[in-house]
Amino acid sequence: MTDAIRRPKSSVNTSSVWQLLKYALFAMLLMSVLLVCLHIVTLRLEIGSESNAAVDFAKNSITLNLGSEPPQLDSTRSTDMVSGQVLGHVMEGLIRYGPNNEILPGIAESWEVTEQSSTFHLRKDAVWSNGAPVTADDFVFAWQTALNPETASQYAFILYPIKNGEAINTGTASVEDLGARAIDDYTLHVELEQPTPYFIKLLAFFTYLPINREFYESREGKYGTNAEDLIYNGPFVISKWQHGSSLRLDKNADYWDEEDIQLDTIEFAYILSDPNAILNLFATEKIVLAGLQAENIERALANRWRIKEHVDGSVFYLGFNHRDDRPTSNRNFRKAIQAVCDPEELVYKVLKTPGNRPGASIFPVWLRGVNGYFRDEYPAPKHVPNIELAQEYLTRALNELGLTSPPQLVFLTGDSEFSTKHAEYYQSLFKENLGIEVRIDQQIFQQRLAKMTSGDYDIVAAGWGPDYDDVLTFGDLFTSWNANNRGLFKNDELDRNVQIAQQSSDARTRMEAMDRVQQILYDEAAIIFEYERGSNYVADDRVQGVTRRVVGTDPDFTRAYIVEPNTK
Amino acid sequence: MPRYVLMRLIQGVVTVWFIATATFFVMHNIPGDPLQNEKAVSEEIQKNLEAKYGFDKKVVVQYGIYMWNMVRGDFGLSFKHENRPVNQMILERFPVSAILGILAIVIAGLGGVLWGALTALYRNRWPDVVIIILVILGISVPSFVFATVGQLGIVVANRVVGFEILPVAGWGTIWHMLVPALVLGLGTMAFLTRLMRTSMLEIVNADYIRTARSKGVPIAQIFAKHQFRNAILPVVTVLGPSIAAITTGGFVVENVFAIPGLGRTFVEAVQQSDYTLIMGTTVFYGAFLVLMVIVVDIVYAFIDPRVRLQ
Repeated sequence: MTDAIRRPKSSVNTSSVWQLLKYALFAMLLMSVLLVCLHIVTLRLEIGSESNAAVDFAKNSITLNLGSEPPQLDSTRSTDMVSGQVLGHVMEGLIRYGPNNEILPGIAESWEVTEQSSTFHLRKDAVWSNGAPVTADDFVFAWQTALNPETASQYAFILYPIKNGEAINTGTASVEDLGARAIDDYTLHVELEQPTPYFIKLLAFFTYLPINREFYESREGKYGTNAEDLIYNGPFVISKWQHGSSLRLDKNADYWDEEDIQLDTIEFAYILSDPNAILNLFATEKIVLAGLQAENIERALANRWRIKEHVDGSVFYLGFNHRDDRPTSNRNFRKAIQAVCDPEELVYKVLKTPGNRPGASIFPVWLRGVNGYFRDEYPAPKHVPNIELAQEYLTRALNELGLTSPPQLVFLTGDSEFSTKHAEYYQSLFKENLGIEVRIDQQIFQQRLAKMTSGDYDIVAAGWGPDYDDVLTFGDLFTSWNANNRGLFKNDELDRNVQIAQQSSDARTRMEAMDRVQQILYDEAAIIFEYERGSNYVADDRVQGVTRRVVGTDPDFTRAYIVEPNTK
Repeated sequence: MPRYVLMRLIQGVVTVWFIATATFFVMHNIPGDPLQNEKAVSEEIQKNLEAKYGFDKKVVVQYGIYMWNMVRGDFGLSFKHENRPVNQMILERFPVSAILGILAIVIAGLGGVLWGALTALYRNRWPDVVIIILVILGISVPSFVFATVGQLGIVVANRVVGFEILPVAGWGTIWHMLVPALVLGLGTMAFLTRLMRTSMLEIVNADYIRTARSKGVPIAQIFAKHQFRNAILPVVTVLGPSIAAITTGGFVVENVFAIPGLGRTFVEAVQQSDYTLIMGTTVFYGAFLVLMVIVVDIVYAFIDPRVRLQ
């Protein structure tokens, strides 16, 4: 008897194991039934993506990943790049950018420009996807809507060159006062507030896209929230939009330049931001383009994929807090910090990802000047790091500030891994060379902006991307009236020069004024130039005719086409 | 019994109210403003925005309005996804998270019970040792590692075989769910395995097992009728919170496998300070968690007669 009691504790009873195995079989059966049920439910819900190949010859379609879900596709309210990319494929403004960023006719067939006004002649064969013609009033309506303070559009400012644009937006004029009028259905006359030589270039921006008044009003505040709450006048239409999951673009048979559009379908089958997962999709030929980050560039190299570079147009810099109660309001203090910073060391030894370019000016290298590139015509101030000079500046600064030792600084930055590495580099740089202690303050985007606006920092890691193809998209950033100048830098000479560039229509006068701006920003150490961002990506060679852009729809697949693998 | 259920439901409502209130005030007091944007706007527009979302009123008033709308089942419009009702967003995304969650919890539950029982039967012998090492791994390795490794596994497997066995990412068929559900359930499965093992071994020494043995019941029957069934009880207890943890904790998995679920929406809402979406998802998840705990408690009362007496 005692044996029988002890046995099961110490040794395995095979009959129990058999019993357990029976349970396991039962569990497997249950699982299978459950899987079938869940499968049926999922199919019924119709959420999800089609698992196509990256390039489908039979369907003449390509599959892509979308970095995030467009918040909505009402062009008067859009702000983000993903929305811009989708809108660029399904809508068309007065003009569009060609493969080399040249201005091509869009809905406008031709136009006449004077200093104070422009007249656009619209093509008569442009229609909305519901059959209505695209008329001059569609533009007037869209612009009035964006400027209407009730819309609270963040990009309303881009319409300010139009006469009374700013007054409407700030509530001092009514929308009917807008300097844009439909003379007839196909003639649009625009009066400008002041001469704006780059006005034509602005017209490709999404806030300038037309909206059909009747359709907009029929959606009762839901315009742009779903595929069926939109009509299209561009090369493609959104045939399916499953929120958070996928977006399908089909060729628009009614598009006026339909013959030029070769793809039948662009499938954004995934909404995914994880860089490794995106590369996994590319590796298994599920998507045709994948961006590379520092952490997965090695893998792309190991796979011998051809890595392509693209300058995304943004400029990154360290912004100072110029409020009087901050040590960074002292010019010598800022000059001291400027003198120890070395953009080349940052780009080549710290960031290390290929494609980035050491920063030297607020104006990136791709901007156009008088005849050629701005930076060729007006070279950036020459910067040579100099520790001794930095210490001299610091001594002077401490005297002026009445301090005996350098104050601790708050370095405000993002919450990514990259931000940590980046901030720690400056932390040790300032500590070693100037004895300045730095406290790193990592915040999510919204909180970083809130702290920047309230002035709760000394130095902030910041960046700026272009909205339009003119020097002023960067040039007016540090004027005293620009609300994006969150460090409150103020310099009368800079303000004056920006006004010159805004009002003059002579290219040379404008560029010379901008040259002064880049010089002042350096001399005053208003900010510290860090780098111009470049990005790396891999792309499927079977898809040709894709345009990458600095300003405008990027990447642009509207005129892409598929080639047979061996004929490229 | 009906009284017990009613009491639990009232407690649940109070808990959800508390969650909603706490979230509301914490959210309004942390730095960061949902109306802050990269492009600064004019003061007039800022005022308009504040008026649109009721920010011009006192926080207490805002709270009152929010609570009144919530009672009527209206979570308001999303800040980020302008003009989209939060209700609709939850309705779209929760089923996806729920399907993934159900599959994960079933995998975790069945797996945990079976592995746990097996380790108990093979106590201190090699199957026990191997499984327990795996359990420790399962509990300590974070889910993003499993997710990444799992996805890489699919890539490699597809390449080795030469055709697509399983899709790398996306949603829509059963094949999309298998690996994500497994990854999602792995941690819970490991936890349940350990729980089941402990519980099995505890019961071996229980009086009723000794009685059964002494009266000569066959070992297999003791195992099936007394030991196994009683050992499952503690597992059922933790199942409720586990279901909630799995359905809400799917953020990483949903992110890596491009699954349009609610977990991902929730985390994105927090990152973007999308107040209404944060509130909506938090209250929804809170209510869901409370409901799961209540359901499990009631189920427990059915399984274990002793609970019913209280």
